[in-house]
Amino acid sequence: MFAFTIRRLLFAIPTLLAISFIIFAILDLAPSDPTGNLPLTIPPEVRAQIRSSLGLDEPFPIRYALWLNQFFINEPLNMIEGWTGWTIGDGERLRVTSWATRSPVVDLIVERMPQTLWVVGMSQIIAILIAVPIGVISAYKQYSWFDQIGTFVSMLGFSIPTFFTGLVFIVLFSVHLKWFPSIYDTNHVIDSWSSFVFQIKQMIMPTMVLALATAAQLSRYMRASMLDNLQQDYVRTARAKGLSERVVVTIHVLRNSMIPVVTVIALNVPTIFGGAIITEQIFRVNGIGQLLIIGIQGADIPLVQTLTFIFAVLIVMFNLIADVLYGILDPRIRYE
Amino acid sequence: MKKIGFLMAATALVAAGAAQAERASDGQLNIIYWQAPSLLNPYLSGGTKELEAASLVIEPLARYNETGTMVPFLVDEIPTVANGGVSEDLTSITWTLSEGILWSDGTPLTAADAVFTWQYCTDENSGCAQLSNYNDVESVEALDDRTIKITFSVPKPFPYGPFVGAQSPIIQAAQFAECVGAAAPTCTDANFAPIGTGPFVVTDFKANDVASFAANENYRDPAQPAFATVNFKGGGDAASAARSVLETGEFDYAWNLQVEPEILTQMSAAGQGTVVSAFGTSVERMHVNQTDPNPDLGDERGTAAHPHPFLTDPRVSRALSIAIDREILVEAGYGSAGQPTCNVLPAPAIYASTNNDWCLNYDPDEANRILDEAGWVVGDDGVRVKDGVRLSVLYQTSTNSVRQGTQALVKQMWELIGVETELRNIDASVFFGGDPSSPDTFQKFFADIEMYTNNFDGTDPERYMGNWACAEAPSPETQWQGSNNQRFCSAEYDELVVEFGQTAALEDRAALAIKMNDMLMDSGSIIPLVHRGGVSAHANSLQGVLMNEWDSELWNIADWTRAD
Repeated sequence: MFAFTIRRLLFAIPTLLAISFIIFAILDLAPSDPTGNLPLTIPPEVRAQIRSSLGLDEPFPIRYALWLNQFFINEPLNMIEGWTGWTIGDGERLRVTSWATRSPVVDLIVERMPQTLWVVGMSQIIAILIAVPIGVISAYKQYSWFDQIGTFVSMLGFSIPTFFTGLVFIVLFSVHLKWFPSIYDTNHVIDSWSSFVFQIKQMIMPTMVLALATAAQLSRYMRASMLDNLQQDYVRTARAKGLSERVVVTIHVLRNSMIPVVTVIALNVPTIFGGAIITEQIFRVNGIGQLLIIGIQGADIPLVQTLTFIFAVLIVMFNLIADVLYGILDPRIRYE
Repeated sequence: MKKIGFLMAATALVAAGAAQAERASDGQLNIIYWQAPSLLNPYLSGGTKELEAASLVIEPLARYNETGTMVPFLVDEIPTVANGGVSEDLTSITWTLSEGILWSDGTPLTAADAVFTWQYCTDENSGCAQLSNYNDVESVEALDDRTIKITFSVPKPFPYGPFVGAQSPIIQAAQFAECVGAAAPTCTDANFAPIGTGPFVVTDFKANDVASFAANENYRDPAQPAFATVNFKGGGDAASAARSVLETGEFDYAWNLQVEPEILTQMSAAGQGTVVSAFGTSVERMHVNQTDPNPDLGDERGTAAHPHPFLTDPRVSRALSIAIDREILVEAGYGSAGQPTCNVLPAPAIYASTNNDWCLNYDPDEANRILDEAGWVVGDDGVRVKDGVRLSVLYQTSTNSVRQGTQALVKQMWELIGVETELRNIDASVFFGGDPSSPDTFQKFFADIEMYTNNFDGTDPERYMGNWACAEAPSPETQWQGSNNQRFCSAEYDELVVEFGQTAALEDRAALAIKMNDMLMDSGSIIPLVHRGGVSAHANSLQGVLMNEWDSELWNIADWTRAD
């Protein structure tokens, strides 16, 4: 298992380098322009000067090499300096800088992490808490009224896009009932019970919108996997041994059924960091997803490049973690 | 905490007696811009959102008010030839700062700051977005602490480019001294929180998300601003920004509500807020290609060597123009934010021509008659043909729901006069992007008709009217850069452009501008559609909003107050 993990990690390095090159090339070939969204009153000479001040005059390989240097050498050194307080070299390094904000991309990402983790992360947890029991009960009592309703609700969750549920929630809970704010306050500081309650209030709508969509998907996986396992011989053996139904279902069947579900959950984790572009826009959570979409719209190549690359790293990592988890959940699976 | 704040406010009120206005007495002002500002230094951005957010903090010498008239901000009077502030030969202008103006850090504002601002923006490595405001400036000197002399290399009939309007505010020399040229982007702290002379100071800035401001202790009017803090939130879309002011009342002011008019009307029925609009110089127009975009021409596609097969005939363009019912376009897409127009230069009032108003009269029968007369015969499929050429046009614009709505309506209207229309829309960042390697930019204009909005900053149309000089036509020689997208070219027009630059008297300039506008209209190379205004909404409890299209919308935020 250990050798397997090391091998996979080493293999990830060329994969990630290739990914970073492809992302950079795609962004470079895309016909967008960082000065494209400026008012038309700004004349072309000035636009040309802005582009050259952003370094767009340099040829493609140089810009790519520059980014590699900034991302893989300067940024980590900078982080080490930040954590330890040491000064490495003269401490003056070119960092990956966003074109729109003229500030370091990593700082922007760090600034946005909290709201994304709070909202999107919480939605995944809630989704798991909803989906697993529903999946288990639906499978155990297949074709019961509970199963029928569960199927119906998860089909709804599957087929209704978040921009619609989001709007319905706002119209219902913000406009008519006035229970929750429709706009997320990223400056909010939790320092008392009432401010904690406010944080919960402003999180409920975006979190639930996302959780419903994810739970719908997860509960279907859970149900299907449970059904598969309930038919197995070992279940009959367990029952024949005289084990209680509770033990059969929660210990034997559930653990075996979790394998495919764990894959789905593990592969969902990178999307937590990736934010939820649409939901973040609707509720103005202004996290990573919104940062990415603004970067794409404004042709902010360093920002988009860095973000998409970080997502790529996370996806590769969590693929590996999912594989390792298989081995833990199911001792029959061995990697050598 | 709240209680203490309330007590303090109450004591302050008692202390102030019956004083009407007092600094920081009205609590928090919540503003929502659905495009969030990326930084607060307009010299490094150029986007409207940054310009307006920064206008709370940094100020120019003079601003334009809601009628487009210049009003002094950091000076006592506007220099003119009459008061001796502008030299007789129009090559220099001298501004005198008001006495006792302080930066928010307590240091005095001096003429040296203006000199520095000019140097900062004109440094060739800075990539300054507002460079064109300093066109033809030869030098900016500080004659003494309060006197700024700007010398131009050519006579400037309108010398109010530098340091006037939201595009050209004064930044503090002390703060930005290390940030000139290539170092400009490295000064993140200064770019996120410039020190200014305006009514507010930046307390926190989260790029592309939210900016927080507090009242400036050193603001020149001790009674202003009325609000203690400003929460300037960004992100999302226009419709939900409108909702947060008009329906839920979470915010006090929402900017640029480009939403279908019926939705706005529905929302304002909730009675929480008011929709306000103001008109500047923006015109949604069609440019009519004067060159042939046929792909078979290869490298010479869309160049002056190949005139357009039929759109160079002003009769065709005139027929297309009067076959458009502009009232319907306004009603469907713009509501109170639009008015039908027949001029590419619709404002200020003295420059607006009345000679083209025939286009307001929607008349498909007349359009049909003109085309019949021009020799276009309706073919079997209902499309007009002349000498084997079908009257079929490719009509492109940027991707935007209002524009696609307009396209669909126009297509129907043109069908009635036997014109076939193919529609196309291109993502705005590509269309306006100007990338010479992309075939889809509005400069390349590889289509017959294209539609977008343009305008000019401030109130002087000289540079704007110069957009249609022959030399401004994009072509392979200019790497497809230039502003004369439809490649209109007339020697007579070019002479007028030169004459405009040498004419000083306002009435003569107005007459020239009208003449140039009429020439463009008569050529049929531009079909103006809608004079577009800005639309914003404010809560009913917010007082003092004077919607302004000539400067920042927040230009008079120091005067805003909360009604009880």
